Amino acid sequence: MRVWADFSIAEGEGGKRLVLTGPLVVSSVGRIDTILRGMGDRFAAIDISQAEEFDTVGAWLVWRLSRESGADIVGASDKAKRLIAAVHRNEPEEAEAAQDELPIPVRLPQQVGSLVIGYCHGVLSLLGFLGGLIVALGSVIRHPARFRVTAVVRQMQLVGVGALPIIGLMSFLVGIVIAQQGAVQLEQFGAEIYTINLTGRLSFRELGVLMTAIMVAGRSGSAFAAQLGTMKLTEEIDAMRTIGVSPMEALVVPRVLACTFMMVLLGFYAAILSIIGGAMISTFSLEIPFFTFLTRIQEVVPTRDLWVGLIKGPVFGLIIAIAGCYQGMQVEGNSEAVGIRTTIAVVQAIFMVIVLDAFFAVFFTEVGWG
Amino acid sequence: MSAADYDENLPIVVEGLKTAFGDHVIHEGLDLKVRRGEIIGVVGGSGSGKSVLMRSIIGLQAPTEGHIEVLGDVITAAHQDGDIDIRSRWGVLFQGGALFSTLTVAENIEVPLKQFYPEISDELRREIARYKVMLSGLPDEAADKYPSELSGGMRKRAGLARALALDPELLFLDEPTAGLDPIGAAAFDQLTKELQATLGLTVFLITHDLDTLYEICDRAAVLADKRVIAVDTIPNLLKLDHPWVQEYFNGPRGRAASSAKDRVVAKAAKAMDNQAGRGA
Repeated sequence: MRVWADFSIAEGEGGKRLVLTGPLVVSSVGRIDTILRGMGDRFAAIDISQAEEFDTVGAWLVWRLSRESGADIVGASDKAKRLIAAVHRNEPEEAEAAQDELPIPVRLPQQVGSLVIGYCHGVLSLLGFLGGLIVALGSVIRHPARFRVTAVVRQMQLVGVGALPIIGLMSFLVGIVIAQQGAVQLEQFGAEIYTINLTGRLSFRELGVLMTAIMVAGRSGSAFAAQLGTMKLTEEIDAMRTIGVSPMEALVVPRVLACTFMMVLLGFYAAILSIIGGAMISTFSLEIPFFTFLTRIQEVVPTRDLWVGLIKGPVFGLIIAIAGCYQGMQVEGNSEAVGIRTTIAVVQAIFMVIVLDAFFAVFFTEVGWG
Repeated sequence: MSAADYDENLPIVVEGLKTAFGDHVIHEGLDLKVRRGEIIGVVGGSGSGKSVLMRSIIGLQAPTEGHIEVLGDVITAAHQDGDIDIRSRWGVLFQGGALFSTLTVAENIEVPLKQFYPEISDELRREIARYKVMLSGLPDEAADKYPSELSGGMRKRAGLARALALDPELLFLDEPTAGLDPIGAAAFDQLTKELQATLGLTVFLITHDLDTLYEICDRAAVLADKRVIAVDTIPNLLKLDHPWVQEYFNGPRGRAASSAKDRVVAKAAKAMDNQAGRGA
């Protein structure tokens, strides 16, 4: 059971007299503080001779009340005196001036301005980062001994091998969905056989690589941002720079290379799995035998569809890796920044991938690879 | 011993503590009793389990065996953090400060207040936070800064301010002066001493700093051979015939700290003599 502090007000000569009773500690003064604040009365004296316990919060309450109304403190024990002296000595110089919000006509342009300036700074620092990456790649090419094979292989394992099960499963299911849904529509024209064309071409050109890119952005792009961001916070990156190791060469280049390269393989792998998924469902619902489906794929899917996928893959990988590493390197201050930057990295990567995918679709059709 | 026969004068009682990580035994048969109102310094070599001992006492680390009682509450009987009712009666300063990085210093101090005493009005809570900032020796404007904008020493003080937010009876300090410059460290020692005297705290202080030990600790507990080999005042510990204790206190750094203390005492005595002389 908590015991609350209480008070009574006695009229005496010279004005009101506030008598505080009960314990005056952090756990008990919350209520009377609110009441006394609400009353806003002035007192001539504050009697604390009946207060039982005391800590700095109680001392602060008594001191504040006495200062506000210029009251004398009566009946303070030695401990109370000592604590009141301690909080008095440490009283903030002046109450903080409440920060006035600017009026909307001023605030709005100000916020727009700072947003624009922030955006320009963002573009500049991204350009700086790309420049740094190119310089680092250049110096790795000129000094092949500085190329970190182990780091690249390690990242390939994390980005590529680690993603095989989930990307495989995802693509397999996507293949099933395309073939099944496609078949339902094509059946109306008696053209179920074109399910093979649909599944094959869509997997190689679009879905294999696009779904893989989204998955890799979520798995590895976020990991890059969070990892580099944490290293930035714990000053590991600063430590590297003082030792003479370029964080660009040691951390960013391996990630960018691994992600770019693995996206090619993962995109191809995803397309294959998606076709297998399509072939499976066709076997059961369209009565097209599994191997007939695969043989037909060879006939109906032109090689350039494969190339379209293989060209898009590394570009997407590059974008994901750069977004992740760049945002990671931008982390400053606290752990919240790691979270914000990781989110930005994934959102930016997926957004850029989809925008570029649309661009590629138009581009390849225009050049006659449609 | 149960909560019923809790001795007011022994806020921390550790009996037969054994802590092991896998096969690696950190503590075995460790006993320690801390008296009310004292500053107890816990010393020991690196890896002797000073921090583990502190973490066990405050319930962050479940010991393998043993009995720990803090302010009459049996810590070893608690299964969840929520079972420890006395958390509002202690304050802990972690080695790096462990401030919440997304909150300002003042907001950091307000967290425990909000958690345990939600009835306290926003204004009072803000005022409490501000005077605690001053009480821990930080400048007023530090209250609105984020931990990442503070220096290491200021972060420690801010951590101390948060540890003191609820006016605890018990204060745990993990290496409070590590990483501070000598002036900052001495100031922190003085602050600890002053707060202990003003607020009547019991302070459990882990330290490597011999100056801190000589300057402010009433007693020191020596952790070696997986247990507390001695708890005593420093002059008495010096007489102890244990290789680690001898090396620790009589090594070059130990002697330097001890002679510094002697100089201070001599100076104070001289000043008092002078005063007495003038008075006569």
